[in-house]
Amino acid sequence: MKQPSMLMDRVMYALLVPAMFISLYLIFIWSPIEKQMGASQKIFYFHVGTAWVAFLAFFVVGYYCVLTLKKPTESRFINAGISAEIGVIFTTITLISGMIWGKSAWNTWWTWEPRLVTVLILLFIYIAYLFIRKMDGAWERIAKLSAVFGIIGCINVPIVFMAIRWWNTKLHPVVFGEGKNQSGGGVEPEMLLTLLFSLGTITLLYVFLMRKGIEIEKMRLTVKKAKSKVIEKLAS
Amino acid sequence: MGYLFMAYTIIWGLLAGYIFILGKRQKDLKKELQVLEDWNAEK
Repeated sequence: MKQPSMLMDRVMYALLVPAMFISLYLIFIWSPIEKQMGASQKIFYFHVGTAWVAFLAFFVVGYYCVLTLKKPTESRFINAGISAEIGVIFTTITLISGMIWGKSAWNTWWTWEPRLVTVLILLFIYIAYLFIRKMDGAWERIAKLSAVFGIIGCINVPIVFMAIRWWNTKLHPVVFGEGKNQSGGGVEPEMLLTLLFSLGTITLLYVFLMRKGIEIEKMRLTVKKAKSKVIEKLAS
Repeated sequence: MGYLFMAYTIIWGLLAGYIFILGKRQKDLKKELQVLEDWNAEK
């Protein structure tokens, strides 16, 4: 009989691979081309999707960091670390895809605009968080210290989201909930469906990567225990 | 069109790179674990 985790892996593959192809079909073939920005607007689907998953990943980090501060356990520490790593990858993708989109829409790769600056700060916080986790010292102390950084980063997430609304810049578009009463904006129904499907697919990818990462870290713990056994045998 | 191609190439490149790194980590750990288990079984 197959192990439940292997079965789950197969289910994940069976869902993820077709979802990716459908997502690409919707983005490149099915969804209409935006009149003002042209084909470059299609960057939006993965740009928003990866940003959403990065936020989700950092909320998960925040959740496990709060639990770690209460009572540090290996599984909480591992889950927070894996989620932070995925969050950093997805934030990097968001920033790079945003820069390329910015170049096509604003004719500049980078501008010191609130959304971009707050995302960059968020990325730096979590890179620092990952470095702290690698520090030498008592495991519980490092878990608690890194948890503080994880929580600070998590608090920054709503600031990133609200940045373009609070500081009201005209450069970065507010796609949904534009204007003072937040009722403006919106996209074509085909575009909305493509966006929602992409969000779902990238979220599924996050779950897949999380599971893979946790599996690897558990294997690392098993190796560590096997190594201690070897050392014990050699010493005796 | 060029920007669209550039963006998706980088997105997929980074994702593929990360999945490759995860795969390599897992492969290396499996190898290491096998060596350790063999050693423990012998002694």
